[in-house]
Amino acid sequence: MDIKLEFGGGAELLFDNQKQYKITLENKKTPWLIGDLLFWMKDNLLKDRPELFLQNDSVRPGILVLVNDTDWELMDTVRYEIKPNDSILFISTLHGG
Amino acid sequence: MCEETIATLIKDIKSLKEQIREKEQLLAAHLKVQSNVPCKYSEALQTNEIARYSRQMLVDEVGLAGQISLKASKVLIVGAGGLGCPAAVYLAGAGVGQITIVDYDEVELSNLHRQILHSEDDVGASKVHSAYDKLHSLNRSIQIIPLKMHVNSASISQLMSDNSYDVVIDGSDNVATRYLLNDACVLNKMPLVSGSALQTEAQLTVYNYNNGPCYRCLFPVPPPPDTVKSCGDGGVLGPVPGVIGCLQALETIKILTKSDGVLAGRFLLFDGSTSRFRTATLRPRSPECAVCGHHPTVKELQDYEQFCGAGAHDKVVSIDILRSVDHINPQQLEKVLEDSLVVDVRDQAQYRMCHLPKTVNIPYGEILKAEGAKKFSDCLEAAGKREVYFLCRRGNDSQRALDHLKQVFSGSNVNFFNVKGGLEAYSHNVDADFPIY
Repeated sequence: MDIKLEFGGGAELLFDNQKQYKITLENKKTPWLIGDLLFWMKDNLLKDRPELFLQNDSVRPGILVLVNDTDWELMDTVRYEIKPNDSILFISTLHGG
Repeated sequence: MCEETIATLIKDIKSLKEQIREKEQLLAAHLKVQSNVPCKYSEALQTNEIARYSRQMLVDEVGLAGQISLKASKVLIVGAGGLGCPAAVYLAGAGVGQITIVDYDEVELSNLHRQILHSEDDVGASKVHSAYDKLHSLNRSIQIIPLKMHVNSASISQLMSDNSYDVVIDGSDNVATRYLLNDACVLNKMPLVSGSALQTEAQLTVYNYNNGPCYRCLFPVPPPPDTVKSCGDGGVLGPVPGVIGCLQALETIKILTKSDGVLAGRFLLFDGSTSRFRTATLRPRSPECAVCGHHPTVKELQDYEQFCGAGAHDKVVSIDILRSVDHINPQQLEKVLEDSLVVDVRDQAQYRMCHLPKTVNIPYGEILKAEGAKKFSDCLEAAGKREVYFLCRRGNDSQRALDHLKQVFSGSNVNFFNVKGGLEAYSHNVDADFPIY
């Protein structure tokens, strides 16, 4: 299954400073949930300091997750079942002004 | 002699400006009484108001009713910086009746590329007074209230109990103030137009409006302090907060004129590097929210610096993690440059901007990794030195780098030292030609 991962607001710094990744998730017996994807990302993409991205099986406070431009809170968060061609954006909130 | 003349002139101009400001405030008060005569051809506005605001009154979203609302409105802008400046310009231009602008900082040269109300002559003056001067000259018929004060729970509680604001604009630069303004707006039932910017990216939304979420609904827990970057460290392109500040003014005008389409329950992301805007749909107000939920636990303003584990400002706090014998003063640096290895641990962009001669650059971020430590030992070997001095912008990261490498190379015969206060102290105490940025 091909999906797109996007990063912004500084979250890209944890992923080799790359704002977009096109990735392929191998078929598995159970559906791919975002919770599974987070661990996949930790194992395959995260360069260092995973605690700056993950905390207690979810993203750390201050990161907003958008699935096809919709807040993941409206999509059952880590339990959302990923569909082909989904675009999942991890955005770190900014505080400067 | 020349420097003395310059200093006197600067002082005189400052004092004259102060006098002009006082006289203008007096004049404005008199004019206000005199000009409160309605136009005999209009039900509500004066002749010059109709001419001045005609271009926006011709737009359906505003019209006569909208203009009357704007005139009767009170807006609080927190932060006279990269967001607050453009927001204030457009709101003053639009004829918002009362604009209060709060900031404690003074204008610095490094503000001018984005904080468009301040000019070279204002450097050193308080931001709110500089803002007042420009806004007042743009529109003398509205009330501009400059407040030079620290924004904290006590001052905001007082301000909001004394005044009823129709909209609050968050143009602040730190997490603690963002939570404080959110809670204050929820407790006082005011919409919060929140913008933020860093480097080439910016974000915008309206909290606590029309059953949309508040900041805490989205972010119940503050981010870990070491994940937060300020404009002073990360940098920011001027037009990026400029774009968002303009949009904050637009959202404010829409709220004040009761227009549809306010950006509540939605989150706008702007990436200036690709010129892309995108808008995401947000969750609704959360029933479990600690401040706006059904059973709130936050019923009055708290200590937000404690809650966030970070100060309510974007300045860097000095650390001291070494023993005093490990430090040298920047004044001693010149003597050691010849016979030792001096490692500047700032990132590459900063090093390229300005650096001391005969130093090598190994960024702190690299030093923490194996390849950085390797680079360090290669440098050490090539230089054939046993004394190593660490240097950075303010003397914090150099201590961290030293501490880390001392552990990695424990047992070696190398002596490690930190340059106390970093390049800022060097500029202050040794050579003012080294730029402070």
